[in-house]
Amino acid sequence: MPQIAQILETYASQIFWTLLVFGILYFVIGRGMVSKIDANVEARDRKIADDLAAAEKARAEADGLVAGGSDALNAARGEAQAKAAAAKARGAKDAEARLAKADAEVAAKLAAAEADLAKARSKAMAGIENVAAEAAADIVAKVSGAKVSAAQAVTAVKAVLS
Amino acid sequence: MAGESGKIDPMHQFQIEPWAKLDLFGYDISFTNSSLFMLVVLGAIWVFMAGGMKRELVPGRWQMAVEGVTGFINNMMSSSIGPEGKKYVPLVFSLFMFILFANFMGMMPIGIVPGAHAFTVTSHLTVTAVLAVLSFGTVLVVGLWKHGLHFFSLFVPHGTPWWLLWLIPFIELFSFLIRPFSLALRLFVAMTAGHVLMKVLAGFVINGLNAEALWVAPLVALPSFILMIGITLLELLVCAIQAYVFALLTSLYINDAVNLH
Repeated sequence: MPQIAQILETYASQIFWTLLVFGILYFVIGRGMVSKIDANVEARDRKIADDLAAAEKARAEADGLVAGGSDALNAARGEAQAKAAAAKARGAKDAEARLAKADAEVAAKLAAAEADLAKARSKAMAGIENVAAEAAADIVAKVSGAKVSAAQAVTAVKAVLS
Repeated sequence: MAGESGKIDPMHQFQIEPWAKLDLFGYDISFTNSSLFMLVVLGAIWVFMAGGMKRELVPGRWQMAVEGVTGFINNMMSSSIGPEGKKYVPLVFSLFMFILFANFMGMMPIGIVPGAHAFTVTSHLTVTAVLAVLSFGTVLVVGLWKHGLHFFSLFVPHGTPWWLLWLIPFIELFSFLIRPFSLALRLFVAMTAGHVLMKVLAGFVINGLNAEALWVAPLVALPSFILMIGITLLELLVCAIQAYVFALLTSLYINDAVNLH
């Protein structure tokens, strides 16, 4: 086995070159390059984490905005409904009032007309009584020759008519 | 490969060949094929990492792969140690990548180029021992630095009955001291055994095809070849598992040092 057979002649060279090569490897590559690569990996991980956090924040903000927007929408809708209801109620009240006023006017006119009518009728009635009384007095005079006073005739006609 | 007697030597792949003689304070630090493969491994890791260094916010495929590996080690450290594990990511990452790339580099079919041989750095005890000592030394230094002498309470686990106090600390101490050996030997043995097995099977295939008796080729070479495909796939799995085991155990040992059970 040359590893053991040659050990006395080669150990110094082997140890020297191993230490030299490993020293360069350790200081140049292990300490120099690896830490730079690690720093780069860490920077990337941090960037990814930051970006994710920013995205999460933006999403939360958007969610908040959507919630706020729908709130405002709901409020506006409620307000509009209230306004519409109020307007409707006002309109109904107005119409009612006008209707009542018109009713009252109509009723007043009707009452006046009825009163006129009643007056006219009573006037006409009185006229008819008078005519009937005259006619009755005339008829009585012609038939029986009795003279009937106007007042008697009127009383008699009234008694018959009513 | 071919030894002096013309036979196929499955151990030849572990041979270290000095290519350029170098000296440092009387120690022989020659540039060898092993050194070359360490540099190749380092270069491959650098290319892989550099491809993922564009550091874009939206990663491409290559960057994704690099970030996958670093993220894998990061996860392992934070799940084994906790938030403090981040400090030890460079060490465990370097260990993991070095072992993984060295294991895979040894599996590369470089042998198809005449005269070239793949060399598995991690199949050498000297190399795995250095890695294990680095891992174990980190545990010792971190433990003593953070907790001082209180670190030795590691050897008395919570809930030890008083009448076992003469035994448990010795068992714990032994299991603690054996860690660097088990780390080094596990990797060294796994890589060596796998490569020896592949070379032995390859020898069966080649010798079977070259045999003079015609029945040898279909009866020996073909089943060996089929078996070798399976063993090679298994060995690729072992390459990754050994790197993972080394990194995971190191992270668990550092956890002991940081959090004291």
